[in-house]
Amino acid sequence: TLRSVLTEEETFTVLQNISDSNSFVAASLWCFEEMTMAAATFAKRLIGSRSSSTTATSVARAFCSSTTPITATMFPGDGIGPEIAESVKQVFTTAGVPINWEEHYVSAEIDPRTQSFLTWESLESVRRNKVGLKGPMATPIGKGHRSLNLTLRKELNLYANVRPCYSLPGYKTRYDDVNLITIRENTEGEYSGLEHQVVRGVVESLKIITRQASLRVAEYAFHYAKTHGRERVSAIHKANIMQKTDGLFLKCCREVAEKYPEITYEEVVIDNCCMMLVKNPALFDVLVMPNLYGDIISDLCAGLVGGLGLTPSCNIGEDGVALAEAVHGSAPDIAGKNLANPTALLLSGVMMLRHLKLNEQAEQIHSAIINTIAEGKYRTADLGGSSTTTDFTKAILTHSSIFLPSSMKSFSPKEKLVTAFMGGFTSQLVKEISIEECVKEAGCYASNVVLQRFGCI
Amino acid sequence: MSPRSLTLLKNLARNSNASSSCIQTRSVTYMPRPGDGSPRAVTLIPGDGIGPLVTNAVEQVMEAMHAPIYFEKYDVHGEMSRVPAEVMESIRKNKVCLKGGLKTPVGGGVSSLNVQLRKELDLFASLVNCFNLPGLPTKHENVDIVVIRENTEGEYAGLEHEVVPGVVESLKVITKFCSERIAKYAFEYAYLNNRKKVTAVHKANIMKLADGLFLESCREVAKKYPGITYNEIIVDNCCMQLVAKPEQFDVMVTPNLYGNLVANTAAGIAGGTGVMPGGNVGADHAVFEQGASAGNVGKDKIVRENKANPVALLLSSAMMLRHLQFPSFADRLETAVKRVISEGNCRTKDLGGQSTTQQVVDAVIANLE
Repeated sequence: TLRSVLTEEETFTVLQNISDSNSFVAASLWCFEEMTMAAATFAKRLIGSRSSSTTATSVARAFCSSTTPITATMFPGDGIGPEIAESVKQVFTTAGVPINWEEHYVSAEIDPRTQSFLTWESLESVRRNKVGLKGPMATPIGKGHRSLNLTLRKELNLYANVRPCYSLPGYKTRYDDVNLITIRENTEGEYSGLEHQVVRGVVESLKIITRQASLRVAEYAFHYAKTHGRERVSAIHKANIMQKTDGLFLKCCREVAEKYPEITYEEVVIDNCCMMLVKNPALFDVLVMPNLYGDIISDLCAGLVGGLGLTPSCNIGEDGVALAEAVHGSAPDIAGKNLANPTALLLSGVMMLRHLKLNEQAEQIHSAIINTIAEGKYRTADLGGSSTTTDFTKAILTHSSIFLPSSMKSFSPKEKLVTAFMGGFTSQLVKEISIEECVKEAGCYASNVVLQRFGCI
Repeated sequence: MSPRSLTLLKNLARNSNASSSCIQTRSVTYMPRPGDGSPRAVTLIPGDGIGPLVTNAVEQVMEAMHAPIYFEKYDVHGEMSRVPAEVMESIRKNKVCLKGGLKTPVGGGVSSLNVQLRKELDLFASLVNCFNLPGLPTKHENVDIVVIRENTEGEYAGLEHEVVPGVVESLKVITKFCSERIAKYAFEYAYLNNRKKVTAVHKANIMKLADGLFLESCREVAKKYPGITYNEIIVDNCCMQLVAKPEQFDVMVTPNLYGNLVANTAAGIAGGTGVMPGGNVGADHAVFEQGASAGNVGKDKIVRENKANPVALLLSSAMMLRHLQFPSFADRLETAVKRVISEGNCRTKDLGGQSTTQQVVDAVIANLE
């Protein structure tokens, strides 16, 4: 942004030279955060003097697609968490996503109300906001407390874990045609944690399947398939051996399938599913499974597309609660070194936006990420490149032609230039204006600086 | 020229033409005990679906080789509630059995006969050898994994009950006795077959007591084999590594359910369950069948068109021949099968070809020396 190129006084002068457009006011209103103090004061003065102009408000409305900002909880997490959370915040702000983040951190002591390191306030915040984004959390080793993920799951009643796995164009793995979603029941099954030692040397572990939980996750799976235009749902099971437990799961899936006649429903035994996934993943569309199989299959699918560093996931809870999370670890060995790959957290953020029905921005950010990876010039170390986190984030912001709200296309060249200047956009917007216009519109002083800044000279 | 040198010359000529040099014949150094050549009885259970097709293939090939075994055939189907007593008698007498898959009705009240057979005969180790067949293109190279899976307890104990309507519980039982013996078998296998690494697959971060006990047993046995590297891996990470870097795995030892998944995944990356050999072995008996996914008896269409892949069962029967101490016959059979696969013009549908089972069998017989 301007801060990196000009001093405050210089910015002030430049802005004065190009100040007489009403849209400038609107642009400055929108890009408030990106401006230096001087420009902010300047804009405030302008607002005061020209508050009655109708053009300003109409342009302002064109920028903000939703007038009420949404509050969302963010758990940056440990290790590389804070860096990638920063990256997400930057991308979201530039795309104009109307979200205010409430950040919560894991505390150093156990909160007695939750019996874990997550504070009551954090959980209340998620319950209130109904959406959240979670970075990787490292569970401290020790006894006497529940794991953090388990606490979140139980307290927020997160019953379904949704993980879309699709091959990223431009990042080549052995599998190019993967495009499937795994939906995993998240609360019961083999992970109930009910184990006991019967006699020395004999341990029993309980696997519990209930009708209620199976119906819930099956409902969500079919609902998801319908809203995302998917054609087939496959239930994965081992009911030939575990007849009553997986049989109950299958029965519930069948019941729900009858309510959605337009979606094909099939049942696949888990052995066949594993084999078919590694031979031909294009055979599957949406997979719904109980807890253990879901864990294994979703990690297998993540492996098919390139690993956990690129995989988004979202946990759905009762009452429409959605907590998107990055499923990779906290990578303490590269923490703080600006080497982390923010893709997983960014894609999870996109899932969160889709859940909030902010589809336009979700699509914009998603395309920007895909294009950046496809281009191949900026890749972090885990994808085989050498960029830093900040470089990668900037590269995503550079694909900003995507971020151009459609209404801005009708702006005059001067308005575009001003907006580019104010909003920290890079060359794409300015390239739409000819260099002569830049010089004419921006005034003598600013022109060289602007053109240099945006790589035009 | 003597017939022997004729054969050797034919081999040399063929070997110099064949694309892969790893199909070798070796001169036989096995010195049998007197009387070892008398025919042995083997119980044969054709099974359901594609079972009769592929077991018939084995019978034909065995006859063509004049192998010193004869089959006692018994008809068992998946819908039966128990394996008939006479079949069990026969297996106990012969100690070796070859079978096709038995189809278990899904969700019905009948428990799987495959599992029953394993429990009654106490076949506690199930073994699948997943390796790249030369000439068969797959997405992964350098795969040579043996998955050894505990076969009697764990999640497949079959102890389920309905607590209240709508809530069902299933017990997973892990005992030190079974975990120890499977760990011992795995390390022994690695030692006897010159394998360098054994990996234990578990989910002990969640199921701390159950899989923790399994891991403890593995660690204890590992101490007795200092020449073999031992490491542990969590099952979801394991599946991810299998699809990304399968060459890091050598022998894998797992409890029952994870073994099923890992074996099928490994079989899939190495060419499919249609070609992977395997079997179940216990202290006294051995049952050889298609390596992974033995309960999968194929679709009706494959049965009608006779397009089932007999390679898995043929390679398993080679393992059986070695188990019966007929290594030369086993070698001949394996060489013939590998040659047919590498030549590439005689493959069934799951390998991308169009041949029928009979065509593959004829090709194998033609390639026998």
